[in-house]
Amino acid sequence: MYQHIALEEAPLPVPAARGRRPRLLAIGGLVLSAVGSNAKAVLGFAILGIFVIMAVFAPVIAPYGPTAELFLPTLGPSPTHLLGTTNLGEDIFSQLIWGTRETLLIGAIAGGLATILSVAIGVTAAYLGGIVDHVLSSVTDIFLVIPALPLMIIIAAYAQGGGMWVLIIVIAVTGWSYGARQLRPQALSFRNRDFLESAKVRGENRAYIIFCEVLPNMVSLIVAIFLGAALYAVLAAAGLQFIGLGSTTDVSWGTMLYWGQTNEALTSGSPLWVIVPGACVCLLGASVALMNYAVDEIANPSLRGRRRRLRAQRRASA
Amino acid sequence: MSVVLGRLQFFVITLWAALTLNFILPRMMPGSPMTAMMARFKGRLSPQTVQAYQAAFGIHPRDSIFTQYLTYLDNLAHGQFGLSVGFFPEPVINVVMQALPWTLALAGVTTVISFVLGTLIGMVVAWRRAGAVDSLVTPLFVVLSAVPYFWLGLLAIYFFSVIHNWLPARFGYGITSSLTLSWATIGQILTHAILPAGTIIITSIGGWILTMRNNMVGTLSEDYVQMARAKGLRPWRIMFHYAGRNAILPNLAGFAMSLGFVVSGLLLTEIVFNYPGVGFLFLQAVENQDYPLMQALFLMVTLAVLVAILAADAANALLDPRTRAKR
Repeated sequence: MYQHIALEEAPLPVPAARGRRPRLLAIGGLVLSAVGSNAKAVLGFAILGIFVIMAVFAPVIAPYGPTAELFLPTLGPSPTHLLGTTNLGEDIFSQLIWGTRETLLIGAIAGGLATILSVAIGVTAAYLGGIVDHVLSSVTDIFLVIPALPLMIIIAAYAQGGGMWVLIIVIAVTGWSYGARQLRPQALSFRNRDFLESAKVRGENRAYIIFCEVLPNMVSLIVAIFLGAALYAVLAAAGLQFIGLGSTTDVSWGTMLYWGQTNEALTSGSPLWVIVPGACVCLLGASVALMNYAVDEIANPSLRGRRRRLRAQRRASA
Repeated sequence: MSVVLGRLQFFVITLWAALTLNFILPRMMPGSPMTAMMARFKGRLSPQTVQAYQAAFGIHPRDSIFTQYLTYLDNLAHGQFGLSVGFFPEPVINVVMQALPWTLALAGVTTVISFVLGTLIGMVVAWRRAGAVDSLVTPLFVVLSAVPYFWLGLLAIYFFSVIHNWLPARFGYGITSSLTLSWATIGQILTHAILPAGTIIITSIGGWILTMRNNMVGTLSEDYVQMARAKGLRPWRIMFHYAGRNAILPNLAGFAMSLGFVVSGLLLTEIVFNYPGVGFLFLQAVENQDYPLMQALFLMVTLAVLVAILAADAANALLDPRTRAKR
């Protein structure tokens, strides 16, 4: 959804084209130190980390069950109910903690599936070329411009409930085209490189060349695409659940927004019911956007600030 | 000329793909307008009535799929989208036509404002790259562009309408008045549009700023900008006429990419504000399981997006001689 922000016109990163597989450990170290020295990346990872902890340890952190109707309705925030209660007397804070699970799961799984689809379609198009490329590129372009939300609404409505998995599939099926569009030109630029030619001469088969030679050189772009797709998935799921698609009995940030809005939470005295889950979607979105931005800066030095480069030069000469 | 033809070809193919998707989906999935209708009347329908409704919805279960497809295309060509389930027996096309102008106006105005403002801010930010403005504005909009439209809408309603009662939170005009052409009505329409439009502009402007900034950072390092600097031209002239002018083009091309997303956000914003446009109609269609209405809305939104993309392409071809010379 938001991917057009960063990577669109960025020049392709120069691949480590040495005919040898890049040494994963050394690269991992480089990425770690790059992430550590990038404030945006640190902030992004920190926010995501908090949400992951909330999701994993929900039973420990949440004081009550997410749908236990134990208390008086529409209580305001208090030490026992940090965010107050719903009109049915459920604890909003507990709902928020438990809701993190489904929201993160949808983001990770739907984002992952969409990324796999875009890698498969983008790289296949570039690698096979000819008529296959033509057809796959056209399909990509078509999916790129057909407005996703109306299409998602129709598919989810026809699926009639079905909960999380329907949402995941709908989001993955409509969300892969942007990544495929970005991957194709990069894969295309590899096609005639020496290290691929030499692999062909060595007699490696196609699968080996694609998985062991082409893909490792595209890691930074694939990571960026995954982050974009996961962000898209979180926002799309929140939007779809907000209008009552998927299963409204699940507990997630999106269904909290739906029930809050249905019960007029804003005007009936429990505004936190819709404001806080929305704020969490924002924070999660911001963390992904920050990480994406950082990946872009790490992969494309020309976007970094002038000051940092000066500082680096000074450090190098000292 | 060949560029225009190529774009037209893409337009036709995409439209065909959307039409076909629209035809296939209901036949693959469990729900159907008929079962929705049956559920509404809780099985009180006689077989004759069911048949009559099937005819009204354009469902002919005995025909082959191919014949059904041809009938479907023929109906669409005549603007017949069937009857709405939720507003039965109103034809879908009438329902859609009432909502479409609201959405087109809101989308048109907000897109132009955020494109112009975003491009200008992006230019300035790139010009002062790594300065205070850049390190403040850029991350701010990275974060803002990740804010869900509908959530910002909820916040706006809470602050401006619930707490302060400054601006109306719901609907497109005063609910008590009828829509007649008068200054009072126009004023009402404008005040009702401030919150939804503001929400959309704030969340969509970040994308323009960031792409423009990145493009402009690229053009600023070009030789002709160095040359302009060496000639001693005024900074604003270099900024607008040399670097900015060339950086706008990819931004315009990015329009096509982001449009689908803006439309999605717009639809959700309308739902939050009960704005009487396509998005709100979508919500009602979902609540009523009004499949014919949903499908007609999907096609109309797709058509609108495609026309806008075609227009952006035409503008790009007009402004950039290179796209014309390429083929």
